[in-house]
Amino acid sequence: MERARRPKLAVWKFASCDGCQLSLLDCEDELLEVAGEIEIAHFLEATRATIQGPYDLSLVEGSVTTAHDAARIQEIRKQSRFLVTIGACATAGGIQALRNFADVREYTAIVYARPDYIQTLATSTAIGDHVKVDFELRGCPISTRQLIEVISAFLAGRKPQTPPHSVCVECKIAGNLCVMVGHGTPCLGPVTHAGCGAVCPAYNRGCYGCYGPMETPNTPSLSAGLSKLGMDDDALKRIYRTFNANADAFRKESERHDR
Amino acid sequence: MAKADEAAAVITVEGLQDLLRAIRARGYRAIGPTLQNQAIVYDDIESIDDLPRGWTDEQDGGLYRLTRREDEALFGYSVGPQSWKKFLHEPRLRLWTAERRGEDTSVTPEAPPSDRLAFIGVRACEIRAIEIQDRVLVGDLYVDPHYKARREGALIVALNCGKAGGTCFCVSMHAGPRVKHGFDIALTELLDGTEHVFLVETGSDEGRAILEQIPHDLASSREVDAAEAVIAQTASSMGRQMRSDDLNELLMNNLEHPRWNEVATRCLTCANCTLVCPTCFCTSVEDASDLTGERAERWRRWDSCFTMDFSYIHGGSVRASTKSRYRQWMTHKLATWIDQFGSSGCVGCGRCITWCPVGIDITEEVCAIRGCDASAEESV
Repeated sequence: MERARRPKLAVWKFASCDGCQLSLLDCEDELLEVAGEIEIAHFLEATRATIQGPYDLSLVEGSVTTAHDAARIQEIRKQSRFLVTIGACATAGGIQALRNFADVREYTAIVYARPDYIQTLATSTAIGDHVKVDFELRGCPISTRQLIEVISAFLAGRKPQTPPHSVCVECKIAGNLCVMVGHGTPCLGPVTHAGCGAVCPAYNRGCYGCYGPMETPNTPSLSAGLSKLGMDDDALKRIYRTFNANADAFRKESERHDR
Repeated sequence: MAKADEAAAVITVEGLQDLLRAIRARGYRAIGPTLQNQAIVYDDIESIDDLPRGWTDEQDGGLYRLTRREDEALFGYSVGPQSWKKFLHEPRLRLWTAERRGEDTSVTPEAPPSDRLAFIGVRACEIRAIEIQDRVLVGDLYVDPHYKARREGALIVALNCGKAGGTCFCVSMHAGPRVKHGFDIALTELLDGTEHVFLVETGSDEGRAILEQIPHDLASSREVDAAEAVIAQTASSMGRQMRSDDLNELLMNNLEHPRWNEVATRCLTCANCTLVCPTCFCTSVEDASDLTGERAERWRRWDSCFTMDFSYIHGGSVRASTKSRYRQWMTHKLATWIDQFGSSGCVGCGRCITWCPVGIDITEEVCAIRGCDASAEESV
C-alpha cells in the first residue's frame, strides 16, 4: 500500500543503560522492514544525523532523574504525536529508583569526590509521572518481539497485543514446570506482567519481576507463600526492589517488609 | 470406544514394550509419562525405557515433589502437572493467515492436524475430563475442527490408578479411579514381590486388534482379583474429599458468602488453576499484522477467567475484583457447568490444588462455604 509519507520515528534516552533502545537495533531480521516503513528521524544510538520534529512516534527510554530531563520530556511530548515509553526505567523509574528509598545526598557523598558537582533529583520517576504517555511497553530489557508488535500496531492503527496477565500464563502455554510448586524455588511470576516469554522459569530460575507488576498483583499473598519457602523480611524487601522497585505494587510490598 | 467387554488378558513388562511397538507400528505417535525436570510430564515416548520407572510423587496444596518408590512400578505416580489438554486443545494455535497482494486479499485457514496420537496411561479422571471437553468443543452447535481432528484420531490406553495423590478426589466426583468407558485399552499395573504384569482390558475394535498383535495370556481369577484390590485400595486412599451432590444449590445460594472475600485475599489471579485444569477450555484470539501491513495472522491461545482482558467489554472488565473472578471460576466449575453442559466441570484430579502457588484448595473452599470444618467434610 502506498503511503503519502512514512511516519517519523524518534528514539529518546533518559536515565537508562541504553539496552532498550538497543533492542531496536537488535531486531536484525525486521530492522530493514522497520526502516522501510518508518523514517528514523532521531535515533542517536544509530546515527548522528537527525531530522527535526514533530515526530509521529516517539520511543522514550529511561527515567527522569534531573531537573534538566524533567524539562526535556515536556518538550519531547510537545513534539510527539504518539509517545511510547519502553522499558522498566521509563515505565517505573528503573533500578536507579532505589534512591527513592534512601537519601540521594548520602549516596553522592559516598560515590563522588566532589558531590557538590552533582545536580540530581531526590527521586527517579517514570516518564508517565511527568507527561501523558500513550502506551507503556514493559520489561528490563523490553522484548524485541513486543517492540516490533508495538510498532506494527502503531502503523496499522490497532491496539498492540501485550497481555498484562501473569507470567504464569506464559509458563503454562510454553509447558514450563512451575518452579515454585515443583522445585520450591521462589518466583515472582504470579505477580509479574507477562511479555518476556517466561525466560527464567524455562531455565529453572524463579521470575525476577523484570516486567513489573501484572494487572492485578496480589503481592501480600505471594509474599506469604515465599516466606513459607524460607524468605525472611529482608529477602522479601529485596526481591521486590530491583528494576521495578518504584512500580506501585512492588514499592508498597517492599515497604511492608522494610522493618 | 465402549465399556470393557470381554475377559481380561495379562501381559508382562516386555508385553507392554510389544504393545507400544504395535501401537507405533499402526501409525500412532505415542505420548506417555516421562521424567522431565523433576516432574512427570506427558511427552513423546518410544519405549518403556522412557517411562518413570520407580518414581512417584508427593502432592499437597502448592506442593509437588518426586520421590523414589520401593518398587519398579512404571505408572506408580498420580497425575502430573499437565493434562492431555495440551495435545487435544492446544495452548497456541494459528487459526488463519491472510495475505494482501495488490488489490487481492487471500485468507488461508489452518488445516486441522492429521497426526494420530496414542495417549498412554490415561487416568479415569482424565478420560472423564476429555469427555467433558468433548461435550463443550464438539458436542454442540459449534464444533472446533482442530480438537475434533485430534480427538477422533486418538487412541486411549487407559490406566486404573494404583496410587491416589495427595490432592486427588476423583471418588467424590464419581470420575475414578476405575476406568469404566472411553478407552481402547485399559491397563492395571500389578506388582507383588515376584511378579510385575499388567491386566489388560479392551474397549474397542482397535484395542482388540492391537492386543491380538502381541503375546498375552488370559487373566487368572487371582489376577483379576488383584486388579480389583489395587483399584479399591486407590479409591480408599484419596488425598481429599468433597461432598458433591448438592454443589449447584450450595454455591448458588451462597453468592455473597463472606468466604469469597477471604479467599480473594489469598488468590493471586495468576490463572494457574484454570490452565492446569483438564476441563477448562477458555481461549482468546489475537490478531497480528506485520510491519508492512501485507500479512496478518489470527492466533488462538489459552486464556482464563482470572485475567482482566478475558471479561473486557467496552468500558472495562466485567469481573474487576479478585472475589468476582474466583467466584466465577468455582461456581462455573462446580455449579453452573451442570446447567450449561449437563455435568460438573470438575473431575477431582486435584491439579488446581497442587499447582496453585499458594495452595488454595477447592475442597476446602467448598467446605468453608458449607460451614463445616475440614475434618467434618472428610467423614461425608
